[in-house]
Amino acid sequence: MRTDPKAPKKQQGISFLLIDMNTPGIEVRPIITLNGEHHVNDTFFTDVRVPVENLIGEENKGWTYAKVLLTHERTGIARVGQSKQQLHLLKALAGEQLQNGRPLIEDPIFKRKIDAVEIDLMALEMTDLRVLSSVATGGAPGPESSILKIRGSEVQQAISELQMEVFGYYSAPYVPETHRTDYSGDFVGPELASTTTPNYFGLRPATVYGGSNEIQKNIISKAVFGL
Amino acid sequence: MNFDLNEEQQLLQESVQKFVQNDYDFESRRKLVSSDRGYSEAHWQTFAELGWLGVPFAEADGGFGGGPIETMLLMQEMGKALVVEPYLATVVLFGGCLRRGGSPEQRERLLGGIVAGELQGALGFTEPQSRFNLLDVATQASAANGGYVLNGLKGVVLNGANADQLIVSARTSGDTRDPEGISLFLVDANAPGVERRGYPTVDGQRAAEVRLNNVRVSNQDLVGELDGGASLLQAVIDEGILAVGAEAVGCMEKLVHTTVEYSKTRKQFDQPIGQFQALQHRMVDMFIAQEQAKSMMYLAAMRMAEAAPDAEKVVAAFKVQVGNSARLVGQEAVQLHGGMGQTDELDVGHYFKRLTVIQHQFGDVDHHLGRFGAL
Repeated sequence: MRTDPKAPKKQQGISFLLIDMNTPGIEVRPIITLNGEHHVNDTFFTDVRVPVENLIGEENKGWTYAKVLLTHERTGIARVGQSKQQLHLLKALAGEQLQNGRPLIEDPIFKRKIDAVEIDLMALEMTDLRVLSSVATGGAPGPESSILKIRGSEVQQAISELQMEVFGYYSAPYVPETHRTDYSGDFVGPELASTTTPNYFGLRPATVYGGSNEIQKNIISKAVFGL
Repeated sequence: MNFDLNEEQQLLQESVQKFVQNDYDFESRRKLVSSDRGYSEAHWQTFAELGWLGVPFAEADGGFGGGPIETMLLMQEMGKALVVEPYLATVVLFGGCLRRGGSPEQRERLLGGIVAGELQGALGFTEPQSRFNLLDVATQASAANGGYVLNGLKGVVLNGANADQLIVSARTSGDTRDPEGISLFLVDANAPGVERRGYPTVDGQRAAEVRLNNVRVSNQDLVGELDGGASLLQAVIDEGILAVGAEAVGCMEKLVHTTVEYSKTRKQFDQPIGQFQALQHRMVDMFIAQEQAKSMMYLAAMRMAEAAPDAEKVVAAFKVQVGNSARLVGQEAVQLHGGMGQTDELDVGHYFKRLTVIQHQFGDVDHHLGRFGAL
């Protein structure tokens, strides 16, 4: 929230408030994303009254807090563990799906694509560990955390894209009822194919949220290179 | 080289442009996508009246005697508006099999219905294990009493649930991936033993799983030569590649234009994001990808129109270019639209989804790179 519209710089005059979502004047409008799901909303505030004790920290220090939170968010977005799990799944899927009667993973061209993303992920994990080790004694991650955001989101997208590629024609069917965890009917094609393309679509925002990857590159060139 | 269109071709192009401008805004399309059939039967009748459904068929068959160039123009314009009516399935694929391989009796019986907009068709040529190999056919056709009995599963059959008639590939001899021994059969979609499960696809179109349980067909239902269906199927799929490739070019043209326009209005740090050189270069890369795909589209259409000896190889090259260009343009259009690009509300994501499907439809980049090298 902007609490001092007259502050000389835009970064100043921002504060954090804790707001009860049942307060009159708050309107939440759902946003359906590319993958057909509802995770995000537009939230409109019209004359919403918030008690003074709901101020978080000091007034007009919101940007300072946000910057620290964002460096943590960038580190978290690297999602190394999740990508390892998804890579494992990718290998399993490519081991099951056939091409000319043989598992797709035996195709050296496809195998190389999996290997290439695995190496990207190894490098990412080590970069992540370097950042973590530098903050082990306290403090926030430096601008290097932007590397984790950029590469982490790209690796997630690359793995989901290869998972989609595994299924060929069966990456196309879109049967949302089969996505439910309690679904017990027949699947169209392989069971895991049903969510693979929605996942690929659902990961497109990964290079936008948490500060877009373009912004992360600005941060590195400014904070690391001093440009 | 002469890239000029003749007068008839220009008229065809203009008629599609006019239709999509006047009758195919994005919100109307959204309603069609969520309707029961997934497309508009009224639009389909319009297509018939405007003569589009007869474009590739010979005049003797009630068509207009058009060829690859005409199909290309039509699909490119349809791509700009993400048209969901099953032109590809009924006219290009199903109709293409009949045009190339159908007996005079079959053409007489069915092509008139297609041209008049009274018949929907579908081509079942993929199976759960086949990936992109057209020869990987496990569906069996066993000879019995002056006909055949079909058993098997054809997967992700475009327009499969709405089709009145199907053409399916089946083995009349040989092993699963032998080049010889594949035959194509006409199957009434409502014949006993045909079990269809229709569903939407991620790009707002429709497909079906078609299970054939002891489906009886007669000798007259064979399309093309017995055991020699593979080359007919490949020729029709190549026409499908030209069609979806041209559609992809239309989608890309729309996305590049939309992205550039968005970059002029969306402001960040007090200036339009289109002022940032980092983004300008990326939009130029999108434009280059679009133009390279368009160049290959013209090359493929011309080689096919001439029935050139290297037409097949050029089509494979075109599909590689389309796959690479579609991926870059689709992903970048979404990214450069930022948060808005991730929403279902904006049309950008829907073009991206169609391009994503086209990337693998009829074979992905790896498949056609391999084919290009082998031809």
